[in-house]
Amino acid sequence: MFVKQISVFLENTEGRLDEVLKILAQGGIDILSASLADTTEFGVLRLLAKEPDKAKQILQDAGFAARIDEVIAVVVPDAVGSLAKVVGVIHAAGINISYIYGLSIDGEGAPIAIKTNDNAKAEAIINAAGVKTLGMEDLQ
Amino acid sequence: MIWNEAKECMSRDEIEALQSARLVKQVNRVYHNVEYYRKKMQAAGLEPGDIKGIEDLDKLPYTTYQDLRDTYPFGLAAAPRSELVRVHASSGTTGKPKIAVYTRRDIDIWAECVARCLSMAGITKDDIIQVGYGYGLFTGGLGAHYGAEYLGAMVLPMSTGNTQKLIDMMIDCDVTSIACTPSYLLHVAEDLEKAGLIDKIKLKSAICGAEPWTDEMRDQMEARLHIKAYDIYGLTEMMGPGVACDCEYHKGLHIWEDHFLPEIIDPATQKQLPKGSDGELVITNLTKEGMPLIRYRTKDLTSIEYDTCECGRTMARIQRFRGRSDDMLIIRGVNVFPSQVEAALLTVEGTTPHYMLVVDRVDNTDTLEVQVEVAENFFTDEIKSLEKLSKTVHDKLKMAIGLNAKVKLVEPNGLEHFDGKSKHVTDKRKLYQ
Repeated sequence: MFVKQISVFLENTEGRLDEVLKILAQGGIDILSASLADTTEFGVLRLLAKEPDKAKQILQDAGFAARIDEVIAVVVPDAVGSLAKVVGVIHAAGINISYIYGLSIDGEGAPIAIKTNDNAKAEAIINAAGVKTLGMEDLQ
Repeated sequence: MIWNEAKECMSRDEIEALQSARLVKQVNRVYHNVEYYRKKMQAAGLEPGDIKGIEDLDKLPYTTYQDLRDTYPFGLAAAPRSELVRVHASSGTTGKPKIAVYTRRDIDIWAECVARCLSMAGITKDDIIQVGYGYGLFTGGLGAHYGAEYLGAMVLPMSTGNTQKLIDMMIDCDVTSIACTPSYLLHVAEDLEKAGLIDKIKLKSAICGAEPWTDEMRDQMEARLHIKAYDIYGLTEMMGPGVACDCEYHKGLHIWEDHFLPEIIDPATQKQLPKGSDGELVITNLTKEGMPLIRYRTKDLTSIEYDTCECGRTMARIQRFRGRSDDMLIIRGVNVFPSQVEAALLTVEGTTPHYMLVVDRVDNTDTLEVQVEVAENFFTDEIKSLEKLSKTVHDKLKMAIGLNAKVKLVEPNGLEHFDGKSKHVTDKRKLYQ
């Protein structure tokens, strides 16, 4: 039960982010969450949207390098140590986390996106630890 | 001062008579000693007897970079192995380098040619000269060194890489002249200024070469270091530095016509052009024994002036280079062909062959940025894979061209796409005016 994340390669030049978001807006894409990972030379914009496949197509048509990956959307309970617990069980299972970022979607707890080198196993472990994860239908 | 007035100031008739005699001799030498040349001449229906003087030069086939590759390493050697005393090679090229081999006499003639150049720059046996070119396979270091010694100057073989030591010894040893690349000299000037040491140096002249430079750079180095700067020209294939040099009137580079026969051709039609025309410089080694090149296409675009110079020399003057008839770049003295970059990029998984080389000169040092498109199918959501791609490209380029390039990943279609042999280079240095 993963969510689809759209990634876009961006050069670190003025106005690129603005351009991507405008193109998506014009295409009627409802962005649920956005996170920008950047280096001095380039950035990778990671988005959750209601229609990820359509979003990817719009971006590719506009000449951007875009792709879809599955990430685990974890609803971290509102309690001290919850995130530590989630990361802890993943680590204990020998799974590597590629990245984590916070999601700005409504609902209980603090939703985050996690990408690991074994998403299926990671999600099972997280669920087994009593922590809820979301699927695409939860985002609609 | 004129080092060899008998040669450097010959009348045009005398020069041409000498060139004709030497050309006939050279053509005989290569025909009989070099199978590659013999076959080329035979294919053109030529025998040595068909070449009676320089008026027949345009009958001879050209020699190109490709010929050097095809005959690597010693296929063009025209002297027996036992007579060959030295090998040099061009800088930074992929695969097989362009090499040159020399007999003892070739080394002596080279030394004299360099001595003539140094003399033209006012250097005498009383001078103390630092050679700041690399010593090794590159012709710069040993070429300048032998010439300076031949002249009788005292030589400090600094080579490259230690500017602090160069500056220390420049001051401690009362160095009066330096031979190095123009961009390096400006770098030295900057360091001297920063350290407040300009007043401590005794430098009077600089002989700069191995990369194209501008009058603005000359003005800068002359003003900042209070010296006179001279442009020395050469090619590994023909000999090395010292093929030509400019005198104090800076009216072009005097080419030593008793050893090098220059002509200008149209690179498109490959026909010889009348004297004074603009075109590609082609040079024939008149006296070289080790690996004489016949009508070698330098790919440098220029023209040649034949009138007597104000300095008194009659040796023809190669005018300002206007560019190249191929796409070779000279970056920090290293020859770089875009095709080498392309070949290296193709070995990197995940990049399209779409790329752009951006060459600039920042703080008097050449910079190379290689912009590479991230192919759609390679792009990942993970920064570390992209950074790894960038590093792989950097390392492959370093291996291929010997330079540390700054690699910039760009969006697909972020570069203009061209058909066929295309514009893959943006040179912001404006070296050719």
